[in-house]
Formats: sequence, C-alpha cells, structure tokens
Amino acid sequence: MNYFPEEVLEHVFDFLKSHRDRNAVSLVCKSWYRVERFSRERVFIGNCYAINPDRLIERFPRLRSLTLKGKPHFADFNLVPHDWGGFVYPWIDAMAKRGVNLEELRLKRMVVSDEGLELLSRSFVNFKSLILVSCEGFTTDGLAAIASNCRFLRELDLQENEVEDHRGQWLSCFPDSCTSLVSLNFACLKGEVNLAALERLMARSCNLRSLKLNHAVPLDTLQKILAQAPQLVDLGTGSFVSDPDSETFRRLRTAIQKCASIKSLSGFLEVAPCCLPAIYPICLNLTTLNLSYAQGIHGSELIKLIRHCGKLQRLWILDCIGDKGLGVVASTCKELQELRVFPSDLHGDGHAAVTEEGLVAISAGCPKLHSLLYFCQQMTNAALITVAKNCPNFTRFRLCIINPTIPDPVTMQPLDEGFGAIVQSCKGLRRLSLSGLLTDQVFLYIGMYAEQLEMLSVAFAGDSDKGMLCVLNGCKKLKKLEIMDSPFGNLALLTDVGKYETMRSLWMSSCEVTLGGCKTLAKKMPRLNVEIINEGDQMEATPDDDRQKVEKMYLYRSLVGARRDAPDFVWTL
Amino acid sequence: MAKEDGEGSGTTGEHKGKKRNQVVGWPPVCSYRRKNSFNGGEVTKIYVKVSMDGAPFLRKIDLGTHKGYDDLAVALEKLFGCYGIGEALKDEDSSEFVPIYEDKDGDWMLVGDVPWEMFTESCKRLRIMKRSEAKTIEVLQAKNFLKEASKGG
Repeated sequence: MNYFPEEVLEHVFDFLKSHRDRNAVSLVCKSWYRVERFSRERVFIGNCYAINPDRLIERFPRLRSLTLKGKPHFADFNLVPHDWGGFVYPWIDAMAKRGVNLEELRLKRMVVSDEGLELLSRSFVNFKSLILVSCEGFTTDGLAAIASNCRFLRELDLQENEVEDHRGQWLSCFPDSCTSLVSLNFACLKGEVNLAALERLMARSCNLRSLKLNHAVPLDTLQKILAQAPQLVDLGTGSFVSDPDSETFRRLRTAIQKCASIKSLSGFLEVAPCCLPAIYPICLNLTTLNLSYAQGIHGSELIKLIRHCGKLQRLWILDCIGDKGLGVVASTCKELQELRVFPSDLHGDGHAAVTEEGLVAISAGCPKLHSLLYFCQQMTNAALITVAKNCPNFTRFRLCIINPTIPDPVTMQPLDEGFGAIVQSCKGLRRLSLSGLLTDQVFLYIGMYAEQLEMLSVAFAGDSDKGMLCVLNGCKKLKKLEIMDSPFGNLALLTDVGKYETMRSLWMSSCEVTLGGCKTLAKKMPRLNVEIINEGDQMEATPDDDRQKVEKMYLYRSLVGARRDAPDFVWTL
Repeated sequence: MAKEDGEGSGTTGEHKGKKRNQVVGWPPVCSYRRKNSFNGGEVTKIYVKVSMDGAPFLRKIDLGTHKGYDDLAVALEKLFGCYGIGEALKDEDSSEFVPIYEDKDGDWMLVGDVPWEMFTESCKRLRIMKRSEAKTIEVLQAKNFLKEASKGG
C-alpha cells in the first residue's frame, strides 16, 4: 500500500481529527501505523487502567493533548468507594520525566492531588488547558500552583469537582503578566475568591470568551466584569441577587445589553427572580441554557424566561418547570437538540413535577431533539411509542423514573414495549438508560434493534440471564454495560467471555454473579482485569467459598495486566 | 429471585422490599448535584447551641444547612441581630467579636482555621465572645503563635 511517500500520508492524516478515525487508519498496515503514531498529538484514553503512561508515550512521542477517564460511571452515584483508584499523578510524573510537551490535560472521574497539580504546573512550559470533570482530591492550593506557574494558561475549566477550600488566595496567584485566559470556570468552588483580584484578572484578559463564577461572586462584581468583557460568549453567573431599584442593578442591565455575543448562559446559584428580566435581552441569542442549579427560579418564572429563548439548542433545567412548562419549551424552542430535566426533589413526595405528558409535548414540538436525560414521576408505553415516532433521531436516550420498578400506570404493564419502540425507531441510538418495570422482553428488543448501541445502563430490570445474554449477543458495538440490582448471574456472565475484550468495561452490582463465576471468567480471559469491590469485608469470612454472591464487580480489558495501585478492598482475580 | 423460565410476564415488582429511594445508587443523580442542589434534603442535621456574650438566652443552629464559614457568619448575624461576625472570620483583630467553638476533645477553638467539613464534624457548640471579655487570652495567644508559625511556611 505504499504508493505515497510518508510525508503525504502524514499530511492526509492531519485531516483526521477524531481518535476513532485515527485508530482505524493505524490498523491498515504497518507503515500507516508508523506514520499515524508519529503524527498523533491528541490522545483519548477511556479507561486509565487499560494502558500505562510509559507505553502511551512510547507510541505517541508527539503527544500534546491527553484525555483520561478514571472511575467507572456508577462512581457518580456513590457506588464506588472513595479510594478505589484513578490517580493521575503517575501520568503527570511519567510525562514530565520523559519530556512530553504537554499542552492540554482533560480528566474525568480521576483523583487529582495538589502535588500532581504542582508538578503539572512546573513541568510543561507550554501548558495551556486544564479541564477537570467530576474529579476530587485536590484543594485550592493546587489551583494556586496552576495559576502561579502556567505562564500561557488559556483554559482552566472546573466542572462539578469536589475541591477542598483552603481559604487561600488562589485567584490572586495569576501574575499581572497573565493575559492569555480564554476560559475560566470555577463555579464548583465553595469558598470565597478575592473579588478585586478577579476584577483585575478579567480586565487584563482581553481574549476571555468563557467565564463561570461561583456562588460567592456577587452581582455587583458581575456587573463590573461584564462592563469590561462584552465579547463573552459563555457566561455562568454566581449570585444573581440585587435590589432591582439599585444603581448596581441598573449598571448590570446596561452591561448585559452590550453583551451581544453571549450564546451560552448558566449559574444563577443564588437568584432573586425579580432580577431575571435583566437577562431577557440576551435570551434571544442563546443556544445553550443551564438552569439546573438555579433552585431559586420557580416554574412560572422559568416559563417567562424560556419564552424569550427561541434559538435554544441545549436546555438543562429542573423539573419544577412542569409539564406545562415543557409545553412552552416545545412551542418556543424549535431548534432544540438536547434536553436534560433534573429532579428538584429526590424523594418523590408525590408532587408530580413532570410526567410523560411533558416528554410527549417536547417530542412533538422539537423534531431535532437527539439527546435526552429525563427524570420523571411516571411514564407510559403509549407515550414512549409516540416519542419514538416523533423523534427517530435520538442518539442518547436516558429515562429515569424516580420509582424504578413501577409499571405503566395506565395499563399496569411493564415498559418493555415503550423502550422497544425507542430502539426500533432510533437507528442511531448510541446510549440508553432504562428504568421502570422491565422484563427480559425489553432486552430482547435491545439485542434485536439497537445496532449502534455503545452504552447501556440497567437498574432493577429483567427476569433471568436471558435478558443480559440478548444484549451481549445482539449489540455488536457495545462498549460499556453497567447493571445494578438485576437478576443476572453466572450463566449470563460466562456464556460469551470473548465479548468483553471488544468492550471497554462491564459493571455489575447487586446481581446474582458469584465469586466462583468471576474467578472462572478471570481464568479464561487473562487480558481482562476482573475486580471485586469488597467493602465492609462482606466476603472476608469465607474467601474460598465460591458460592458467595459478589456485591460489586467491575471488569475491563487491559493491555497492562492487574493494576498495582488497588486498595485492600479491591481484589483483582 | 430470578425466574428460571424466562417467560417475561407482567410481574409486579416482587423484588426486594426496601424502598427504592433509599437504595445506594438510586436515583442516579451524581453526588456533586446531590450535595449542591437539594435544599436540606440530603444533608444531615447538625444542631449546635450558640451562645453570645450579653444575650439572655442561647440559640440553636443547624450547621448542615450552611455551605461554609461566610454563610454561617451571615446566619449568626441574623440570629443575634448584630454585625461583625463575618469580619471576625476574615480579620480577627478588627472585629469586636471572637467566634469560638468547643470541639470533640472539649477544647475551645477559634472558628475558621480548619476546612469547613472538618469544622462541622467536630463542632459541639458555638460561642460568640466579645473581645473585651476575653478571659480566654490563651486562645488569642495560640492564634498569634499559629500566625507566626505559618509565616515561616
């Protein structure tokens, strides 16, 4: 296949941005593999334990941007103990030692330490961008190191991390010479920031496009910042509380009116609803709106706001918007592509916030909808069938009925037919989360129709091993399967062991698999890490009793064998 | 529990008896969102007594409903109708108040030194002392000592 000199190949490969495309070309032949690996600068690693830092750097010497994911997805819901793993330090250390010219680091669900951040800030002269999502283990001291030492920092984006606040002055650590910031997001920080330092930093960051403040930044500071940064494209407010008759508020209104470029709005972590009209002028241009942390905005005010947002493509809100409110969304936001409706009350105290009605209205009014996360009180098969017909373009469909084993309240049937309609109609479906009363039948449908499915989340569903087997057999592109509290056991686990090498990972908790079954699997498949999470020494009593049920099992393919940083309560079989 | 015949029929939740909403991992709302969204819903109640020098009776406050020291300062100021507690936390020398708390070991500590979560776990009661009343000069001395020690760091 060597019709072209390598320089030409490399030039062609430059056009390939997605890692999937690059992975594909590297498999064509040895010479393409070689050209590709020397030219790849951005690497995505979906499971940090599938490979190790040395081999990564060995293969991709020109590495400049690294994305790493650590803990399994169910760690988000407190199912994974705190010290399970996912430490980024060894990666930073290895890259520093081997002289990698790292410019970007993106981490999700990893444990990040202050030492790691300090090392990161000192080791890579051209470091530009740090994005941390759902990480933990660091404090504002680590942020101070980043601010102090990364001379060309463009992006510091902290999304939903657990950060210990050490009441230091991390924001003041950005030197006066730092003018390169394009994106700053510290909304998840709990502590105070030095407001004067923030204002000065904003004033000298003329390339700033994205800013998300935390709850400690008052409206007065926001007004001053906006007055100097009318070029902002993405804004997350902190506190949005003021006296509407005050001078401060008047100045805010003026400043906002000049912000003609804002397309994305979020925050309102504290909010006085009477202040909301100040943002109506920018609502017209909004393509993204995230009010999912704005508890202070009630249904009627939400609706008033939404009526101004005709161009919305992405909307994240709380279920206090109600079915009627979703009807307004459906008639106003014709360009809507992604909708997430979060619960405002976890205990389902009976007040029906949103139901199937709201979802049906959305599906009828928003034909471009392709991504959904919907927490609701109830759902019917009829509604799901209608939604499937109205919106055949779903790529992500996540439904969470707060009480997960209730049937269709109208027919008292399981929701198999409804989800069946979804998978049959949405031929491009890549991600699916199920809830409600479900039998093996739904898995039969999934195995039969969900040809593009890559990720499936299951809870309290199915009757027997058949269910899980249908999925493993039928979904050829399955990458991640996570199951909790469902009656799948060793038969399902062991029937097609080769399947797991085609997947990134499998999680099973509170199912019927036994220690013996897991041991058998581990023995047959040496290139899988089969981890048992044994919290509270549930299994200590008789470690050789293979009939014991395994409370939590997480298995994943790996090229580097069992990890060496597993804590005592994690057994790699 | 698993039906061997695999004939899926409309079995109505014969699964476990525990309430679904008390199962770990359900509903699938990520822990950051749980901690930062639900007003008091997910947070344990930590009621402690608060006394203020000169006030005729004590009050009680729920530390669990507050996100941090500044939040707490605002609440205390409202409770006793006084101002200056927030300042006291930022710069102890300027305010006429000294907020202290009794920890698990029975020692009286100055409010604000340790991370918030650590504070809520160990605080048994609060006292807002007037600086002029400081019989507990030891506390202030200890604080100065700590200040000097930290300057070296």
